[in-house]
Amino acid sequence: MERNLTHIALFAALIAVLGLVPKIDLVSGVPITAQSMGIMLCGTVLGARRGALAVLLFLALVALGLPLLSGGRGGIGVFMGPSMGYLVGFPIAAFVTGLIVEKWQGPIAVAAFAGAVIGGIVVLSGCGIVGFRVYSVLIAEGVADAKTFTWAQAVAAASPFIIGDVIKAGLAAGITRGLARVRPASVLSRS
Amino acid sequence: MLTLTSPVETAFHRLPAGVKLGAVALGSVLALQVTSLAGVGLLLAGLAAAYLSQGVVFARAAGRQISGLWPVVAVILVWHGWTGAWAAGAVVSGRMIFAIGLATLATMTTRLEAMLMLAERALQPLARLGINPKAIALAMALVIRFTPVLLDKAAQLVQAWRARSPRRAGARIVLPVALAALDDAEQVAEALRARGGL
Repeated sequence: MERNLTHIALFAALIAVLGLVPKIDLVSGVPITAQSMGIMLCGTVLGARRGALAVLLFLALVALGLPLLSGGRGGIGVFMGPSMGYLVGFPIAAFVTGLIVEKWQGPIAVAAFAGAVIGGIVVLSGCGIVGFRVYSVLIAEGVADAKTFTWAQAVAAASPFIIGDVIKAGLAAGITRGLARVRPASVLSRS
Repeated sequence: MLTLTSPVETAFHRLPAGVKLGAVALGSVLALQVTSLAGVGLLLAGLAAAYLSQGVVFARAAGRQISGLWPVVAVILVWHGWTGAWAAGAVVSGRMIFAIGLATLATMTTRLEAMLMLAERALQPLARLGINPKAIALAMALVIRFTPVLLDKAAQLVQAWRARSPRRAGARIVLPVALAALDDAEQVAEALRARGGL
């Protein structure tokens, strides 16, 4: 019980630390950072349930006013911006990533890469795309002549991140394998 | 650790956190009901007045926080302006700026302790589902304490790398940082157990 709690808390802190790596802003207003690699690592190292809880804990502290999101952003306002789909998708992505690493008993690097790609890229981008579309419909509600994102435009807004994300998934897989080698008992997704 | 709370003491700081969060929720719903340019202008003027009433320094700090939105606003305006629907674009981006600006006002004027207390109270009903609200509060405290600790360790590791190599550390530094997080987690768990556990 104590171990679960401290692992969840320390990995929430790890997501924050990875968000402080320098970022590049895209036109759609969503920054690229190593933070999404932190989300992947929560799943690959902690497993589905604990990984998702670590991400939820991180998001709760962001909402309470800590500037832990990439670029030093935080507060309730970030959940009201166009990238809110990604924030909602973070814990789901960690859960799916962790589930794949737990269920697939193949080599950990392969399982972690597959988990990070499916959870951290496919599921997360899916949430981001739905978020873009829902946000644009919500914000334009009732305004005459207002335009909303079509699905194709939402996909286009999310796609620039995917190349970087594949690199991050590869890195997350390598890091997970390294951790499993030096601290096999601490990699909770496989113990 | 640094928070987003404004060091400038304002009248809003004295309001209870719950009231402010309620106002944010209500204000955001209200903003979605306003469909005219004049209405949105009125909302934004009101918000600007609320900020400016607490001093120029405070308003400027808020402006810096909200200004990160400019690329999104630019895209919305240009996209609508392309087909001559400038007014609709202005209403849509005005609504977004109002909702985010209002939330920023609540975040900037509520201390972290007040937010944590509110969260703890909001989590109380979870006790009935067998989830210990105290454990969640402890986990939050651990994150607040260990984020700067882990940042320090990362900075030390980067410096050690620089002493050995002319190249940039890059992603290679993430493995030892994650390892530090794992080891800290094991040690803190042992310390908690030694003190009687959760």
